[in-house]
Amino acid sequence: MSFKLDRRGLLAGMAGAAMMVAAAAPSMAQETIKVGILHSLSGTMAISETTLKDVMLMLIEEQNKKGGLLGKKLEAVVVDPASNWPLFAEKARELITQQKVAAVFGCWTSVSRKSVLPVFKELNNILFYPVQYEGEESERNVFYTGAAPNQQAIPAVDYLMSKDGGDVKRWVLAGTDYVYPRTTNRILEAYLKAKGVAAEDIMINYTPFGHSDWQTIVSDVKKFGSAGKKTAVVSTINGDANVPFYKELSNQGVKATDIPVVAFSVGEEELAGIDAKDLVGHLAAWNYFQSDKAPINATFIKQWQAFTKNPKRVTNDPMEAHFIGFNMWVKAVEKAGTIDPDKVIAALPGTEAPNLSGGISKMLPNHHITKPVMIGEIRADGQFDVVWQTKGLVAGDAWSDFLEGSKDLEADWVDKKCGNFNVKTGKCGS
Amino acid sequence: MSLARLLCALLVSIILAGQIVKPAYAADLASALTRFSADDFTETATAIDEIVATQAPQAEPILSALGNARLFVDMATKKVYWRTAAGVVHDALTGEAVASPPAPLSTVRVNNRLRRVLSNAIGALTLMAPEPQRRREAADAIFRSRDETALPQLEEAMKAEKVPAISRAFQHARASILVTAPGVTKEQRIEAITVLRDRADMGAIAALRSLNGTADAETKTLAATAVTAIEERLRIVGYVQNIWYGLSLGSVLLLAAIGLAITFGVMGVINMAHGEMVMLGAYTTFMVQEFLRANAPHLLEMSLTISLPLAFLVTGLIGVAIERGVIRFLYGRPLETLLATWGISLILQQTVRTVFGPTNREVSSPSYMSGAFDFMGLSITWGRLWIIVFTLIVFVMLLMALKHTSMGLHMRAVTQNRRMASSMGIRTPWVDAMTFGLGSGLAGIAGVALSQIDNVSPNLGQSYIIDSFMVVVFGGVGNLWGTLVSAFALGVANKFLEPLAGAVLAKILILVLLILFIQKRPRGLFALKGRAVEA
Repeated sequence: MSFKLDRRGLLAGMAGAAMMVAAAAPSMAQETIKVGILHSLSGTMAISETTLKDVMLMLIEEQNKKGGLLGKKLEAVVVDPASNWPLFAEKARELITQQKVAAVFGCWTSVSRKSVLPVFKELNNILFYPVQYEGEESERNVFYTGAAPNQQAIPAVDYLMSKDGGDVKRWVLAGTDYVYPRTTNRILEAYLKAKGVAAEDIMINYTPFGHSDWQTIVSDVKKFGSAGKKTAVVSTINGDANVPFYKELSNQGVKATDIPVVAFSVGEEELAGIDAKDLVGHLAAWNYFQSDKAPINATFIKQWQAFTKNPKRVTNDPMEAHFIGFNMWVKAVEKAGTIDPDKVIAALPGTEAPNLSGGISKMLPNHHITKPVMIGEIRADGQFDVVWQTKGLVAGDAWSDFLEGSKDLEADWVDKKCGNFNVKTGKCGS
Repeated sequence: MSLARLLCALLVSIILAGQIVKPAYAADLASALTRFSADDFTETATAIDEIVATQAPQAEPILSALGNARLFVDMATKKVYWRTAAGVVHDALTGEAVASPPAPLSTVRVNNRLRRVLSNAIGALTLMAPEPQRRREAADAIFRSRDETALPQLEEAMKAEKVPAISRAFQHARASILVTAPGVTKEQRIEAITVLRDRADMGAIAALRSLNGTADAETKTLAATAVTAIEERLRIVGYVQNIWYGLSLGSVLLLAAIGLAITFGVMGVINMAHGEMVMLGAYTTFMVQEFLRANAPHLLEMSLTISLPLAFLVTGLIGVAIERGVIRFLYGRPLETLLATWGISLILQQTVRTVFGPTNREVSSPSYMSGAFDFMGLSITWGRLWIIVFTLIVFVMLLMALKHTSMGLHMRAVTQNRRMASSMGIRTPWVDAMTFGLGSGLAGIAGVALSQIDNVSPNLGQSYIIDSFMVVVFGGVGNLWGTLVSAFALGVANKFLEPLAGAVLAKILILVLLILFIQKRPRGLFALKGRAVEA
């Protein structure tokens, strides 16, 4: 290919460039408010995160139909951090400094969140994080719309200990080997011991990412479960490893009536890749299930399936978290009357937005939100049947009450302006 | 004529009588059934007990339907219906088939607690079932639940049982009840302990451990020694089980690596896109299943057999295209080949992600691939067994192809001495393309098998590429037997380390051992002379 650079070509090129600049500049500065979407669209995490990108695009489109925000249209800026943790930080920087976004919705794994934290602090922007996580964190620039451990893990264990859950006395804590399962299992172990469970009745097992040969572990679980006490598996196994794990369970004949598995990372989306017939009765703990009968949920599902042009497309918990988070952000911006991050951060605590199970969630001073906790049993069609639900909404607790070193900590960005205020010493910082 | 009329009259009177005289259980059953409309788990539990107590003939179908989410209640009239597996709807109260059930029926929900209650209740009801399989399941259900109330029915069923295997299952179930039940004589209890000791599995240990506190010291010691004896036996079984798991893991490794043993081992091409060929094989299976589901559902059981040649063709052709389009320009430049094939792997991954979406695709298992069976105390899953058999068949066929076909002869000739082979009139570029196609095709059929045990997602290949290279390098580049031995050796070693060190550490240890081994023997277990060695 050759491009002959003559005078006319040069002129035309320059004119074109000038027009593009002229066209782009006002749209950037005046007509739209940019919203950053930081979810992996390629690599290992694309399996989960692509859906969240789509739901954000849908929410932004809906908001624009309602007339946008502060009289301006919203504009989605999608970047692909490609499941590469350092790239998350780079892309976050690009979104904030070059694209000048008003807020970012993104991240899935805890390690990606940890990688972008310094960027958000340094450049003072807002991140909405939609996934259930291990807690032990509260940052001024981050709003956690997923569940903290006390909104997912602890109630799930409580349910299994109850008569309806099967009076479980022996526990297998199985997880993928990284920060979320390790911290969650540390909290659960401390909690179980506080409830009087002996150390020999707790088995902890970690596997690498993408582990696919579960024969030994499933047979160990069977062995552990044959000690005459009711046994359950609490699974923080993440991502791709779940399908072979459940396949092995069903092949080795581990039934939910004998050894139920309660999972914290398996939702409707993950079950779409498994034949769920053999998994009936295994459990998951979330704050939202697609099968919820609230009218607002029916509308949301209809909207989502129309937007994706796929009448079978499922919804899941992190999608609901983005739904809540986005609406909270919209309300806070309207309240503040500006997209200035400092003012929006100040306006967010106390903001209320409907969740999809018919309640109203509220942003708390610790930057976590209130949500209902539900336990669902897997149905043969890959959906969940809610078998237990908290009466009201549970407030997210950033610092677990069951861990040494974190039980005295409290996050309060409204009065104390501190993410880790120590109630004992009365000082900010542990 | 008159006989026929008499018969007719008789029949009519019987039918009339049946309609007029309501069976004795009707009232109880009716009151029990109304509890289902409450949609409350405790109410449902009560209803189950009441239905069992009525001893109505339709109790068993009602409870089975409840367990299978096929029991419905009409919220308006509070009438209950069940649907059979064949799709016929019956009225639960009368047991008769209903031609047109009312439209908005809601399923009666159950949770795990109710499923347990149900399996016990159904167990007691099906002890005398005509099908041996169901009697056996009933015995197993009682063995697990140790429900004392089932004892009279169990003993009744034992007397009538003719099949020795089921008779033994009944004895085990009876022993598991007697070992803990109150008010049992010492002799009975000791006999129960002996029966359980001979059963010698996890379930027996669980039953023996639950021996209650009221038993005397002698019985307790007996139970304790029985537990030790079983545990000793299980420990030995455990070793064998580990070897089995190791072989199974090894077969998966071999399957994933066998194509690479050709492309990397024989041809010396560092093929980073190998994993993606596996992935494409798995997606071919998915496509075949989708097609069959839509067009020929009765062939679904055959989906894997149909997928195998297709996957071989698809990935083989892609392999030939890659060789002709990219790799042939890069022979003798391993670094560039590595980068180019890695690029191809990324392109293929993202293409699949764009076409099929990033989420997992469901590939169902045919019935012969699911479930497990017991063999001398080992629990062997059918899926894994078939994969081992399949891997060995593929391996033998590949050996045959290389040894006894002219194509194989050409491949070996080109590998050992390219210039000589060329001088003898062999079209070496064509042989290269075919060899690479064969390697890719083998990866494709590995994908068909792996779709049964792993995710069918765009990332499928990535998880196998490192392991595959490990196997080929350890076995000795260019040696198929070496690949076989190394795959099984790595599999067994991994499975013996895993219980000791945990899955994460086991993987690291294997890698460290392998690196040390390669330091000592850089050409792997079985080194072979070939182009890869000369290069």
